[in-house]
Amino acid sequence: MSTAEWTHDDIMAAVEEIKALGESEPKPARDPINQPMINNWLEAIGETDPRYTSGEAPPAMAQVWTMDGLDHTKRAAAPLHRTMQIFDEAGFKSVLGTNCDQVYLRPVEVGEHVTLSARLDSVVGPKVTGVGEGYFVTTENTWRVGDEVVATMSFRVLKFKPGARKPAVDKTRLVRPQMNQDTAYFWEGTALGELRIQKCNACGELRHPPGPMCPTCHAADRGYVVASGKGTVFSFLVHHAPQLPGKELPITLALIELEEGLRMVGEVQGGRESIAIGSPVQVAFEKIDDDLTLAQWAVVE
Amino acid sequence: MSTATGTTLPAWELPLTPTLIVSTAIATRDFQDVHHDRDLAQGHGSKDIFMNILTTTGLVQRYVGEWARDAIGPDFRIAGCALRLGAPAYPGDTLTFSGSVTESGELTVIDVVGAVSLGNHVNAQVTVVAR
Repeated sequence: MSTAEWTHDDIMAAVEEIKALGESEPKPARDPINQPMINNWLEAIGETDPRYTSGEAPPAMAQVWTMDGLDHTKRAAAPLHRTMQIFDEAGFKSVLGTNCDQVYLRPVEVGEHVTLSARLDSVVGPKVTGVGEGYFVTTENTWRVGDEVVATMSFRVLKFKPGARKPAVDKTRLVRPQMNQDTAYFWEGTALGELRIQKCNACGELRHPPGPMCPTCHAADRGYVVASGKGTVFSFLVHHAPQLPGKELPITLALIELEEGLRMVGEVQGGRESIAIGSPVQVAFEKIDDDLTLAQWAVVE
Repeated sequence: MSTATGTTLPAWELPLTPTLIVSTAIATRDFQDVHHDRDLAQGHGSKDIFMNILTTTGLVQRYVGEWARDAIGPDFRIAGCALRLGAPAYPGDTLTFSGSVTESGELTVIDVVGAVSLGNHVNAQVTVVAR
């Protein structure tokens, strides 16, 4: 298959085949645990614990004994390598180690000969990450001396397309505001490019958010006025997480003090660099679809 | 010296040289080009060669082991080491380790951070037990 032909389902089907193989045959290390290789390691790492010059191998060397070295053909059958090949073919060519969780059941000694068995544990994705879109691939690795398990490692890599853009956000999937008898005038206004404020027809008081009854004179007779659409930032925050449907984060949310004296919460378009408390703002309408137009705000330079 | 929860380990600053990156990669039998060949590393989109994971594992355990030999004495062993990897460790940078004891008792658990100029290279949790 060429890159373009691989779908998520194709990838996962190929992955399932490798998972179904289970644990690989134990592969012996090239050499038994030996002091010269330990000494090279101690010298490079700068480790000076005397136990490692008296017959005990450093636990951090667990994986060293079974590394494949320069002969690439040796690793061809390994579950991790086979999984990587699938992703290479599917266009996810870059790799990054993300987690390495080793457990040492007992110290191993010079003269012992370890084997490595590995199985593919899980593949999770696609995920959008800081480096690009990719899949997390986890293998479980077991080192044994004879039948005795001496160490294990859960190893996770991210296999990704470098720099792949985040998928475009579908803004129609946003959380929709409630529209009912009390609020309909507001959303009918935004659709027309008007910022409407509820007004008590009895005493003339303006109020927001809308409600069925005037909190001052208790009259239920209500109308609205069209606001100037000008205001200032009373307070604001930048929302980074969690993800919101239909929104590309971060977004700036502000409490706007309107010229008319009321305050209203809204999103400030591209305001993150220029916004400050007191910044003058102007209403800006964003049409989401035929059913919804949002009142947002833009900082006036 | 104490191994009580909250005890902090003395910081360790390790200057990263090309020799360190390459000698440790070879000593851990990791011959991937990104750990010894700058031209090929840059061809893969990396700034430079960078430290391999087996070396990070070794350095984290050296850091904890040196502290444990003082704090506990020789009768301990490292029983587990979980790494979460972050920013690459490039030559020319400094890898600064810090750590603190987060669990004390039958197991001693030490949380270790290895930081470079780009952020955390590694967050590790090392488990130490009596021999």
